[in-house]
Amino acid sequence: MKILLTACLAAGTLFAQVSYDRLRNAAREPASWLTYSGDYQSHHYSALNQINHSNVNRLKVAWMYQTRGRQHVETTPLVFDGVMYLTDPPSDVTALDLRTGRPIWHYRRGIPEGISVCCGQVNRGVAVLDDQLFIGTIDSHLVALDLKSGRVRWDVPVADPKLGYSMTAAPLALKNKIIVGVAGAEYGVRGFLDAYDPKTGKRAWRFWTTPAPGEPGNETWSGDSWKNGGATTWLTGSYDPELNLLYWGAGNPSPNYNGQSRQGDNLYSDSVIALDADTGKLKWHFQFVPHDLNDIDSNQIPVLLDAEYGGRRRKLMLFANRNAFYYLLDRATGEFLLAKPFAKQTWAKSIDPRGRPVKNEASAPSEKGALVYPDDDGTSNWFSPSYSPRTKLFYQNVREKGAMYFLTEAQYQTGRMYLGATKRNLTDEEPYGALRAWNALTGEPAWEFKVHTPPWCGLLATGGDLVFSGTMEGDFFALNATNGKLLWRIQTGAEIWSNPISYQHEGKQYIAVVAGSTLITFAVE
Amino acid sequence: MVEYPKGSNMPRKKPSLLSICVILLCANANAQSPAQDQAARGEKLYLSQCSFCHGQTGEGGRGSPLNRPRLRHAPDDEALLRVIRRGIADTAMPSSWMTENEAQLVAAHIRKLGRVSTIATPGNPLKGEQLFRSTGGCTRCHTVQGSGGAFGPDLTTIGERRSSTHLRESLVNPNADISSGYFEIRATTKEGRAIEGVRVNEDTFSIQLRDAGGKLHSLWKADLKSLDKNLKNSLMPSYGKSFTPAELDDLVAYLAKLTEDSSQ
Repeated sequence: MKILLTACLAAGTLFAQVSYDRLRNAAREPASWLTYSGDYQSHHYSALNQINHSNVNRLKVAWMYQTRGRQHVETTPLVFDGVMYLTDPPSDVTALDLRTGRPIWHYRRGIPEGISVCCGQVNRGVAVLDDQLFIGTIDSHLVALDLKSGRVRWDVPVADPKLGYSMTAAPLALKNKIIVGVAGAEYGVRGFLDAYDPKTGKRAWRFWTTPAPGEPGNETWSGDSWKNGGATTWLTGSYDPELNLLYWGAGNPSPNYNGQSRQGDNLYSDSVIALDADTGKLKWHFQFVPHDLNDIDSNQIPVLLDAEYGGRRRKLMLFANRNAFYYLLDRATGEFLLAKPFAKQTWAKSIDPRGRPVKNEASAPSEKGALVYPDDDGTSNWFSPSYSPRTKLFYQNVREKGAMYFLTEAQYQTGRMYLGATKRNLTDEEPYGALRAWNALTGEPAWEFKVHTPPWCGLLATGGDLVFSGTMEGDFFALNATNGKLLWRIQTGAEIWSNPISYQHEGKQYIAVVAGSTLITFAVE
Repeated sequence: MVEYPKGSNMPRKKPSLLSICVILLCANANAQSPAQDQAARGEKLYLSQCSFCHGQTGEGGRGSPLNRPRLRHAPDDEALLRVIRRGIADTAMPSSWMTENEAQLVAAHIRKLGRVSTIATPGNPLKGEQLFRSTGGCTRCHTVQGSGGAFGPDLTTIGERRSSTHLRESLVNPNADISSGYFEIRATTKEGRAIEGVRVNEDTFSIQLRDAGGKLHSLWKADLKSLDKNLKNSLMPSYGKSFTPAELDDLVAYLAKLTEDSSQ
């Protein structure tokens, strides 16, 4: 009996592979990549330093894995205990042996016809907790998979895809909750953020990002416009275990460009919300763009940092908004501390002392056309920024691109595009991109590295004082994190639409990124 | 504003004769045939559901250009209807919830976007072809049906992609609308070698140029002293003075006849 009990406990330990404590202390376990952004603070940073200035020029391909994805593979893999977990479109998962790159199991989901997704049937990754993986699917289900086999433990519907809902973000696993957001503002859905019980798949709470009558914030929507108001939650947020607060970006109001039917500030669109992780109750919110008319989805990654600011230790949030401003907030209270532009923008004349923008009315879409910088893809977007505790710099890939917007009617009809404008790209100038680094506490620029085309690749800063990035022409490269000088590059042959990560296996550091539909791992020979 | 639910007894005012007359006159002035109504509905649906990615006039953007007579994923009307309603698998083109009838209206509008003006051109296409191949020297830079240079755009099907007006404007004022990538680029190496040409490809670290002689130059940007792009300047000369108006008519008549059908 004692032997059996010991065996059961051993098995339990073996299979309960990624505990909440491991997730909470992910930054202290740099050999693994345990959450979408690497840790709950979303630094997207690896402390590994085997690969550094002295040897990065000897970085070579270790192994590659060809996914079946034919759309953009925007995934960020998870890596731990000798296995990599990779997603590819539309909602498939593969477990790969780290030593060989060979598959261990696949989860392939049949997707029904008629799923409406504005911007591609992409998937950005999974979450892990104990012995289960969690994926949000393009047909808006949350699925728990057995870590060892990839077999389905449970599968619950989160939202109705016929209304235009979809799920592309990696879930975030907390102590006893799996947090998932939804996409679909282009179809006029009503945004929300959900928490589920990891054991059963039962919903624990839901926070609607457009408040109903009687709830605070409903007065910021005219009439019934809140019902189809968007403000979706389509990118993974961050978590402060000490405050037990969850931080999540909410997207554009619907219809995106025509605000006639939704007079008011339209809370909590274009906001970052701080929710009690146990109850889903709102602790505070900060709205970056009231009554947005330019599709300034504010879903970017909230980066959490504890630092001296204004003469005292503070819990800060760093937020490089798609609207071209870098914000600093106090994440305990939501207090606005700083907004500094990091790219060309024309939508705001200034940001007032409370963080509210003074808008440029000429940037509102009109019948004759409004020229707007940035365009609706934003200066930043879903691709991750990175923060290095060594250089104290915040790194962000930036898109420098404008467009013309022409106002059209917007009438809500179930499952149909609900936009209110058409767009025309500019032909008399070439858009470009840049990897920019700035002081995380002041926003003061440190350096930039220009790239030919506005990028869709995330960034990885490392303990080797390197920053890795990729381009739309397939170049994957490493820069000196201190001064932005190029140290290494390779042509991968395909557009890079993913976030690079780093991990260590059998004593060796690897860098991994997806180029086109191929996962490539690199190591120093 | 007080809102009344549908079917409720809203307070009504009896309309005056004058107001009825005004309504009738307006209705008459705005009267459209059923075909015009259908076309307007198709355009409206296209603008609200498709144009954000494919452009107001089908010029493309996030989605493919639709302002051409042949579409890769929709070679016939049946395929076009299928694409509109069901999307294209493994691409960002989503399905839609349009009815069959709505999809037909949108399809008709898309086909209209790909049709160029068929205004008769006064010139003689045979004379135009002679000019194209001799005095004009056009084949040095342009390919037609597999023969010619690669410095300028391939003109094999230009007649179905550009109107006669546009073709004439391009001959007289080549800078008016420069085809993608065919603007002037001048690269100077650190050794002082200057290369002028059009862009074949470019990335962050390199650029490939083709010069007027058709030679390809592959250059690392790190080896360049300067790289100047003039997006508003075409390397094509103006033919406004070297050809008479009648000769320009002939040349336009020839180019307008260059279609997929003529190349078969």
